[in-house]
Amino acid sequence: MIITKQKSINQLLNSIGEGPVFIIGCNECATICQTGGEKEILEMKSILNNKGIEVSGWTILEPACHLLNDKRILRNYKNDINKSKNILVLACGNGIQTISEIFEDINIVPGTDTLFLGEIKHSNEFEKRCEMCGFCIVDLFDGLCPISRCPKNMLNGPCGGSTDGKCEVNKDIPCIWYIIFDRLIEKGQIDQLKEIQNPKDWSKSTKWRRFI
Amino acid sequence: MHKKSHLEQVLSDGKFTITVEVGPPKGSDPDKIRQKGEILKKCADAFNVTDNQTAVVRMSSMASCFILQKMNLEPIMQITCRDRNRIALQSDILGASAIGIKNILCLTGDHQSLGNHPESKGVYDIDSIQLIKIIKNMRDNGIFQNNDKIVYGKPDIFIGAVANPFADPFEYRVDRLEKKVEAGVNFIQTQSVFNLDKFKTWIDEVRSRGIDKKVYILAGTSPLKSLKMTNRMKYHVPGVDIPGYIIKRMEKAKDPQKEGFNIALELINEIKKIKGIHGIHITALFWENIIPSLFKEAGFLPRS
Repeated sequence: MIITKQKSINQLLNSIGEGPVFIIGCNECATICQTGGEKEILEMKSILNNKGIEVSGWTILEPACHLLNDKRILRNYKNDINKSKNILVLACGNGIQTISEIFEDINIVPGTDTLFLGEIKHSNEFEKRCEMCGFCIVDLFDGLCPISRCPKNMLNGPCGGSTDGKCEVNKDIPCIWYIIFDRLIEKGQIDQLKEIQNPKDWSKSTKWRRFI
Repeated sequence: MHKKSHLEQVLSDGKFTITVEVGPPKGSDPDKIRQKGEILKKCADAFNVTDNQTAVVRMSSMASCFILQKMNLEPIMQITCRDRNRIALQSDILGASAIGIKNILCLTGDHQSLGNHPESKGVYDIDSIQLIKIIKNMRDNGIFQNNDKIVYGKPDIFIGAVANPFADPFEYRVDRLEKKVEAGVNFIQTQSVFNLDKFKTWIDEVRSRGIDKKVYILAGTSPLKSLKMTNRMKYHVPGVDIPGYIIKRMEKAKDPQKEGFNIALELINEIKKIKGIHGIHITALFWENIIPSLFKEAGFLPRS
């Protein structure tokens, strides 16, 4: 899932400046992250109203990253949107840009910061799991990814900074290499880690403007 | 034609070898590095120059190495994977070799979030083991990481790396050293040794696998200047293991500097006796002027 967190109200007020504002949410990731579901939209509406900023309307897309679907849904809000100065999008970086693609003449305000592709551990507790590097190699590491879960992206880890099984960068985070090691020991496959992993082929990465 | 660096020569002659760390200054004044070089010049066979250590910005390692070379001191250029991708790293290897640097020590690097620019973006395109292999291929096979041929001069580098016998998982530490050897490393400097028992366990395993016959190993030491520094190292420097009895000695000491000196000397004398160790690498953080007297006591002076 795409993990997002809501921007601070002050930052949003700064970006919005003045109303009317049309608010767009998303029924998938942002709803689960509690950053762009109905509850958050209504809260945002009330905050903006209290600050004297008019909210012209709101809707939840299904999901915001679906261009054709967005166009179909948003057609119903044409008048509200056309009189708005800003569209506040409570969705991920993808959803925000799909909206930018549809409305070229209205100011688009991102309402969230998009953090990572991660797992829902508990309600409102998320952890990064994938870097979207374009070439999955977790079979080499017992199904765990050191690219996304080691702050140094090491393929021949662990580094010399891990102590008590914790990461050098944050003592609250377990060193992923420690977990990989333990699991492979358990399975009697520790020799798998003895092979030198060559530099990663980042040309397969989806970091650049790629499409399929 | 391979020409040995002085460091390689001393090690291959079987002499107990001494390397000393020289941290570049936070500024562009070359005299700062010369002053340290001046204090340490008769104390070591080669001089490690750190590469923005602990992710704090300092004068570049290569430039500092160049300044030391002008003083007829042989540098070991440290290079980390934190700040450069494979293009920049290989370019620096060529450049270093061109200005006469013969020893390069490869590190993945302390994470930028621990340094003085925590807002920066780390690179980590490759890790230290991959870097070792790249330099070896550049030197021995005349190829870049992409397999392109090196056209005008293969870098003749004596390749170093580090090992931390105290990090986790402890059982994997010798495997990782072995991987570095397989990648092509020539010499190893270890994390500073305070926990002798753990270090001995590690070196026993190293010897039982015959790794000490394939690579030169220099044991790290750091004289502790004060209780504050001791605690800082224990709690804030990643991968350092200072046992409780050493902390207690520093706490109780009337003259912590003298106690730190004594502890360092005792550790050095113990390390000298350990089979499979080819020398000592000393890191005296902000206490370089203690090294001459420490080495005199340890019987390391004079060095030719």
